[in-house]
Amino acid sequence: MVTSGWKVGTVTATRTQTPTGRSIDLAVPGWPGNVAGQHVDVRLTAPDGYRAVRSYSLASSGPGESIQLAVDRLPEGEVSPYLVDDLRPGDQLEFRGPLGGWFVWRPEQVENVQLIGGGSGVVPLVAMVRSHAAGGSAAKFRLLYSVRAPEDAFFADELAALANDTFELTWAYTRTVPAGWPTPPGRVNRELVERVTFAPSPNLMTFICGPTGFVEAVSNILVDTGHDPARVKTERFGGA
Amino acid sequence: MSIFTRGFSGRGRDNNPALPPGQYLTEDFPVLSAGPTPRIDTDVWEFTITTESGTVHRWNWEQLMALPIEDIHTDIHCVTRWSKLATGWRGVSLDTLFADVDTSYEYVMEHSYGGYTTNVPLADLLDGQAWIAFEFEGEPLDPEHGGPARLLLPHLYFWKSAKWIRGLTMMAEDQPGFWEQNGYHMYGDPFKEERYW
Repeated sequence: MVTSGWKVGTVTATRTQTPTGRSIDLAVPGWPGNVAGQHVDVRLTAPDGYRAVRSYSLASSGPGESIQLAVDRLPEGEVSPYLVDDLRPGDQLEFRGPLGGWFVWRPEQVENVQLIGGGSGVVPLVAMVRSHAAGGSAAKFRLLYSVRAPEDAFFADELAALANDTFELTWAYTRTVPAGWPTPPGRVNRELVERVTFAPSPNLMTFICGPTGFVEAVSNILVDTGHDPARVKTERFGGA
Repeated sequence: MSIFTRGFSGRGRDNNPALPPGQYLTEDFPVLSAGPTPRIDTDVWEFTITTESGTVHRWNWEQLMALPIEDIHTDIHCVTRWSKLATGWRGVSLDTLFADVDTSYEYVMEHSYGGYTTNVPLADLLDGQAWIAFEFEGEPLDPEHGGPARLLLPHLYFWKSAKWIRGLTMMAEDQPGFWEQNGYHMYGDPFKEERYW
C-alpha cells in the first residue's frame, strides 16, 4: 500500500450529477492505481497556507493516473461546498492514497456480490460495478440503489447502461418516484430486500454504503433475514 | 512542493489547541463500523482478560456494575478526521480490571463481539487512560456506538476504542488487529497524525 507523500492532482473535468452533487475527474501524476472501493485523502490549501483534509471514496479504480471523485454538498461543510460549487478544470488539489483494504472488491473475486447504496454512498459501489464490467468477471452483481428522487441519483445513466445478465440494477425511491412507477415512494424495507437482493449464501459478499441510519436499517434487515454478518461489509457516513 | 487550491479559503478554522493536526470539530457523533451492528444483551454479556498462563479473568454485567464507576470527560478523535471535545462518559477503569491480573506481556489484543480486533500496548490501558464505558452523555451507550459497552481509550485514534468489547488477550509482541491489517497505524497517536502505514 502506497500512502506516503502527497501528490498534486489537476482537475480535468467536472460534471453535475445531482442537484447537490457532482463528479470530478483529475489527473494525478504518480497515482499508483487503486482497487474498487478504496478512498483517498484530499488536501486543499488556501492562499494564506490554511489547509483542510477530507477523505472521499473513489468512483474510479484500476491502473492509470486518472481518478474520479463524486461529492455531495453538505450544507454546513467546509470542503464539500467548495468542491461542488467552485472547483473548475485546471484547479489543483493534493492527494494521498489509495487508502483502505477492507471495503474493496477485486476482479479476481468469484463470489456473487450484492451492493446496496444510499444517496452519495453509491460512489464506492459504482467503482465496483465499473471494475466488474471492465474485467468481464463471471461473478453476478446486483445493486439496490436508494435515492430520495430520480434526480438525486449519481451516475444514473451509466448504471442503467451497464445493466445486463451479470449486473442487475434496482432503484428504490424514498420521497418521489418517476412517472408511472409501479409502487409508492418508501424506505428500503424487508419486503423489498427479500424480493430484489440475493438470498443468504456462503457464495455471496454484500457491500452497504450510505448515511448511518440507512446502513443500520439495511444491515439489520440482512442479519434478521439470515445473512452472515461476517459477509456484510459496511461503510457509513454521518452521525447517529 | 506546495500548491494552492484556487478559490479555497476554508471557513471552519478550528484553532482550538485541543484539536490534533488535520482534525475538524463535529457536534455530531459519526458512526464507523466495518459490518452490521451486533446486538448484545447484557444478560449474556461478559468481559474477559486472558493472560499468558491461560488464566481467564471474567466479569458479567452485574459484576462490572458492582465495580467503582468513574465519570470521564474527554476529547475523542477519529482517524477519519472528526473530533468531539469534552464528551461525557461513565465506565470502569482498566486499572480496576487489571488490579489482580498477573502478566509480564506488554501488548494487548482487544476483541469485540462480531469479531473486530485492535492492538494496543498495555501501558496505554493503565494509569487512568482507559475504561470499559457503558454510558455516553448520561444515556446507555447505543449499539451503533458500541453498546452495551466499549473500550474508551481517548488518547489514541478512536478505532483503538473497540466497540462491543468482549475481552482482552495479553500478547508477547505487538500484532496488528483488524484495521491495522487493513492499512491503519499500529499505534495511532492523533497528535502525531499516526493514521496510516
